[in-house]
Amino acid sequence: MKILVAVKRVIDYNVRVRVRADGSGVETANVKFSMNPFDEIALEEAVRLKESGAATEVIAVSIGPVQAQETLRSALAMGADRAILIQTDEAVEPLAVAKLLAAVARRESVELAILGKQAIDDDANQTGQMLAALLDWPQGTFASKLSIENGHAIVTREIDGGLETIRLALPALITTDLRLNTPRYASLPNIMKAKKKPLEVLTQAELGVDITPRLVTLKVEEPPKRKAGVKVADAAQLFDKLKHEAKVI
Amino acid sequence: MASYKAPLRDMRFVLYELHNGAALTQLPGLEDMTQELIDPVIEEAAKVCEEVLFPLNRSGDEEGCRWDNGMVRTPKGFIEAYRLFREGGWTGIACDPAYGGQGVPHTVNVVVEEMICSANLSFGLYPGLTHGAYKALYTHGTEALKERYLHKLVDGIWSGTMCLTEPHCGTDLGLSRTKAVPQDDGSYRLSGTKIFISAGEHDLTENIIHFVLARLPDAPKGIKGISLFLVPKFLVNDDGSLGARNGVSCGAIEHKMGIKASATCVLNFDDAKAWLVGEPHKGMRAMFTMMNDERLAVGLQGLGLAEVSYQGAVAYARERLQGRSLSGAKYPDKPADPIIVHPDIRRMLLTMRTTAEGCRALAGWVAQAVDVQNHSTDPKAKRDAEDFVALMTPIVKALFTDLGFEATNLGIQVMGGHGYIREHGMEQYIRDARIAQIYEGTNGVQALDLVGRKLGAHTGRFLRQFFHPVADFITAHADNKALERYVDPLTKAFVRLQQATGQLARVGLSRPEEAGAAASEYLRLFGLVALAYQWARMAEVSLAKLEQKTGEDDFYRAKLSTASFFMDKVLPQTGSLFASIMAGGATMMEFPEAAF
Repeated sequence: MKILVAVKRVIDYNVRVRVRADGSGVETANVKFSMNPFDEIALEEAVRLKESGAATEVIAVSIGPVQAQETLRSALAMGADRAILIQTDEAVEPLAVAKLLAAVARRESVELAILGKQAIDDDANQTGQMLAALLDWPQGTFASKLSIENGHAIVTREIDGGLETIRLALPALITTDLRLNTPRYASLPNIMKAKKKPLEVLTQAELGVDITPRLVTLKVEEPPKRKAGVKVADAAQLFDKLKHEAKVI
Repeated sequence: MASYKAPLRDMRFVLYELHNGAALTQLPGLEDMTQELIDPVIEEAAKVCEEVLFPLNRSGDEEGCRWDNGMVRTPKGFIEAYRLFREGGWTGIACDPAYGGQGVPHTVNVVVEEMICSANLSFGLYPGLTHGAYKALYTHGTEALKERYLHKLVDGIWSGTMCLTEPHCGTDLGLSRTKAVPQDDGSYRLSGTKIFISAGEHDLTENIIHFVLARLPDAPKGIKGISLFLVPKFLVNDDGSLGARNGVSCGAIEHKMGIKASATCVLNFDDAKAWLVGEPHKGMRAMFTMMNDERLAVGLQGLGLAEVSYQGAVAYARERLQGRSLSGAKYPDKPADPIIVHPDIRRMLLTMRTTAEGCRALAGWVAQAVDVQNHSTDPKAKRDAEDFVALMTPIVKALFTDLGFEATNLGIQVMGGHGYIREHGMEQYIRDARIAQIYEGTNGVQALDLVGRKLGAHTGRFLRQFFHPVADFITAHADNKALERYVDPLTKAFVRLQQATGQLARVGLSRPEEAGAAASEYLRLFGLVALAYQWARMAEVSLAKLEQKTGEDDFYRAKLSTASFFMDKVLPQTGSLFASIMAGGATMMEFPEAAF
C-alpha cells in the first residue's frame, strides 16, 4: 500500500505574524517557515504504518515555491521515502490543491491519503474533504486514532461531544487531529540521508490541472486591539449587561 | 525566568557569513556538507535541546545523582532523554562514518555543542566524555581494540570516561600511583583509585569504557612513566556481547556546587582487566589528544551558559516594572518602566551579549582550523591550522569560561533577588559555570600553557598564525572610514598585545616566574584582542550586508551596535591589563611566605 501525505510550508507557529502595510496579505520576507504541524502528524502516522508493515511506501507531496523543497527534505528526514514538489509561485486555494493532489494520487495509485485537518496559515479545513470528493473516496476526518485491518481503515474521529469510530473501505482519505500522535524528532542519520532521497519537481501543467484562483482577497487586517474591561458593582449589574448590552443571555 | 531558544540566526551568521562555511566543502571528506544539509541538522538539534534537554535542566539540578551501594542513578527523565538523544544519532555527530558516525564538520559540531551546554550542561557531559574517549581510542588504539569498542561508543549504547586524577594528584599527573601489571595473554591487571571521574558510573548506558592513566612495573619515574589503558566496566566477549563484571567499582559520588546531574565518581580499580592504548610510557601523549579537544569543548560550556543566562536576563529586564527611566517615563501607561530602560541594566545585558556573540564568532574561527587540520591534504595548510589551534586552545578554554562565569554572574545581578533564589533557574548557571574554570586544566594552567609552551614554540611560529591575520586585516582597512570605529580600537589593543608579548619574551627566558606572574593577565589580554578582531570582522560583514539590503537590517544594525559597545566598554580593559603586566611580578614573589 502506498500512502500519500500532503505537507504544506507555512509560517512557523512561533512567529508573530504581521500584516503587510498595504493590507494585501501577511509579511513573509525574512520569516521562518516550517512544516504545517498537522501535516507533521499526518506524516508521522504514515511512517508508523510503514514501520508496522501496513504500508510499503510513503510519498510526501508539497505545492508551493522552490523553498517548499526544504519542507519536503524535512519530510524525507522524518521517514518519507520520496517526495514530489508541484512547483508554483501562485497562491493556491484548497480546491486547486485538492485537484493537484487528486492527480498525483491517481498517477501514483496510492491507496491512502493522509492530510492535516487544516493548515495553520489559512485554517481553511477544506482540502481533505474536497480531495475525497474528487477521488470519490470515503473520508475519515479529524482522526485521533487509525488502524488498517483487512483492506479497511478503522478511524476514531473527534466530533462534538465525543469520539466516533468508523470503518472505511480502502482507498480512503484521512485528516489528522492533534491527538493522533506525537511526531518524532528526525534523527541525524536520516537528516543526512534525506538529501539523497528522490525529490521530483512537477508543474500544474504536467498534471493538467487549472489552479486559477476562484477567490479574491479584498483586505487583510490585524484583529482589533482588545479594549479595557469595566468593573461591575454586583451580580445584578453583570446580569443586566450580559442581557441587554452583550445580548448573550 | 529561565528560557532557551537556540540562537540559530547568529549561528548561521558565524557559520556562513563571518567564516565562509561554504569553503568547508572544498575539504576532502566534507564535500557534501553544504548549507542545505547543515541547516536542517542545526534546526533539529535546536529542537532536541529546547524541547527535551532544557526542560530537565533545573529538575536535574534539584534532584542530583544518587549513589546506592555502588550504583548511580541519574535524575528523573535522564534515561529517556539519553535514549532519544542516542537514537537520534547525536552521540556520533562528529565521529568517523567508518564506525557509524556522521562525520559532520567540527565547525557545525561546535554549534550543536553550544546548544547542549546552554540547554543542559550536566546532561551534555555524558556524551561529551564519551567523545573524548572515542578520540583517544580512535587516534591511538590498535585495530582490534577499535573494532571491538568504537562502534558502540559512537552509537552511544556504551559511554566512556577519562580517568586521570588521583586523591593526591591532579595537575601533576607525574605523581600517579595506579599500577598496571602485564599478563601472559597480553592484557594487564590494573589497580588504584581515581577521583573526580565524570560519568564514571551511571544508568544511561549498558557498558562504560574507562580510559585510565597508570604505571607499568618498569615505568620511569614522573610524567614519562605514564601509560594509557582501556578498562571496560563489563568485559566484552569476542562476539561483542557483555561478559563478567570487571574489577572496577564506584566508591562514592561527590557532592558539588554545580553540574549536579552529572555523576562525579570515585572509581576503585582492583585487579581490573585492562588493555594498553598506544605505546608504553606514552600515555600523556595519548591523553593530550583527548585533552586538547576537551579544552576547546569546555570553552563552549562558558559560551553556552553565557547565552542562556543572557536570554533569561533579557526576558526579565523587559518584564520587570520598577521605577522610571532617568530621562522621564518611557512607558507612561504602565505603573513603572521595565528595568531595561536603565543604563546599568543595559551595561550588564550588553556585556553578556558581547561575551556570547564574540565567543561564538571566535569559536567558529578556531573550529574551522580544526576542520582544516583534520581534513586538509595540503601539508602547509594543515600545519598552519595545527599551529593556530595549539595556540588558541588555552585561550578558548580559559577566556570563554572566565567570561562565561562573569556573564552568568551578571545574569543574576540583572534579576536582583529573583536571580538569587532557585525558582528562576538563573543561579544554577553560575554554579554550573564555575567548574569550567577548573576542570580539564585550571585556567591558571591554561595561562602557563600559553606563556610557557605556546608563545615560544618553534621561535614564535604558533604566534604568527594569529598575529599575521590581525595585522593584515588592520593594514587592509587602514583607510576604510566606515570601519574606522572598529579598527582603531583593535589597533590600539593589538599594539598593547605585541608589546606585552615582547616583554614576556624578554624576561620570560631568564626569569620564568615573571612570565608565570603575568600569565593569567596576558591570556586575558590576548583573548580580548582576539575577540576585538572578531568584532571588527563582524562589523565589516554587517556593513557589507546592510549595503546589499538583504531585508535584515535590524539584525546587522544590532551587530554593529554590539560591536561598538565591545570596543568602547569592554576592550579598554586591555589598558589596565597591559599596565599590570608591565609592572612585573615582584610584588607577588617578594612577599614573605610566612606573612600569608
